[in-house]
Amino acid sequence: MAAQIEEKKQDLKDPRIDGIASSIRVVPNFPKPGIMFQDITTLLLNPKAFKNTVDLFVEQYTGKDISIVAGIEARGFIFGPPIALAIGAKFIPLRKPRKLPGEVISEEYVLEYGTDCLEMHIGAVQPGDHALVVDDLIATGGTLCAAINLLERAGAKVVECACVIELPELKGRERLKNKPLYVLVESH
Amino acid sequence: MVELEVMEKEKEKNGGVKKEDPRLRAISSSIRVVPNFPKPGIMFNDITTLLLRPKVFRDVIDMFVERYKDMHIEAVAGIEARGFIFGPSIALAIGAKFIPLRKPNKLPGEVISEKYELEYGTDCLEMHVEALESKERVLIVDDFVATGGTLCAAIKLIERSGAEVVECACLLGIAKFRDCCKLGEKPVHVLVECLKYNL
Repeated sequence: MAAQIEEKKQDLKDPRIDGIASSIRVVPNFPKPGIMFQDITTLLLNPKAFKNTVDLFVEQYTGKDISIVAGIEARGFIFGPPIALAIGAKFIPLRKPRKLPGEVISEEYVLEYGTDCLEMHIGAVQPGDHALVVDDLIATGGTLCAAINLLERAGAKVVECACVIELPELKGRERLKNKPLYVLVESH
Repeated sequence: MVELEVMEKEKEKNGGVKKEDPRLRAISSSIRVVPNFPKPGIMFNDITTLLLRPKVFRDVIDMFVERYKDMHIEAVAGIEARGFIFGPSIALAIGAKFIPLRKPNKLPGEVISEKYELEYGTDCLEMHVEALESKERVLIVDDFVATGGTLCAAIKLIERSGAEVVECACLLGIAKFRDCCKLGEKPVHVLVECLKYNL
């Protein structure tokens, strides 16, 4: 299960990382042939690993003057709110089209085939807000880039992006408009 | 003597609760009503404005955690997508697993599915087969309960895997759920009654 997952090499490895990495399940050929899907639901079934995941992010961002945690639908809704609650930030859901009831701004982004769209409520961001963007995984970085654009268009300063998993070969890190990226595990 | 009887009846009517928890007022007033969404005539109760108030969001989670922390809940099942916003924080605080209940074709592993009725047509909820073990005690979480169709589907999924639904918890509900009500045989606990708005 953990064969293809390894921790970040740059930092001294936190002892909690191994438990987090080994609780992530890889499901071959989902959603289509050739894709090795990183399934975080098995991490969520492990209360200690889930808590360690949230704690690592909270430790990274406590006292860093972050006023917004923006989570990308839907798995960003699982990790974002506990982080927001712990650091005292607002939580802003970034959603697929037509899910948010109020007035929204939309950002289209490119998929492998076709485009998709992310939306945010107008009025969620206030002047001076500093934002963290959270999702479970970064692949090509397209969705995260759209999220950054939404927040910046509304006047927020995006401080960093945070994900549980990175697929470094897809170079998503380079598509984040020079924003730093913090991840817990890399999968090759 | 008569006054005492009246007070006792009042208490009984309110489920034994004498005073409203002071946190509920801010919770209720943090919710925004959006008329005619997703279609004409529907007064949509929007919880995103509550999420913009860290203290109020904290209070919501605290109130659920206070209720469930000593009930030996082993898993919290959250219904996609707004159940994902509240469920995990409750699970983390009480030391339970978190199980996402999802729309079709989102979960990558082997799933069980439960269809349910909408006003027009049907929808479907899925759960990973290995998420639960027999007899595990489960709390189901969503943001809003109206007809209870989605919650009923969630209850069926949990029970089909042999686990036990202890309660369903929702931030908001229509009036009949305010003082506790049941869906089938399962109790539903709602923090605040949803807001109405006359156009």
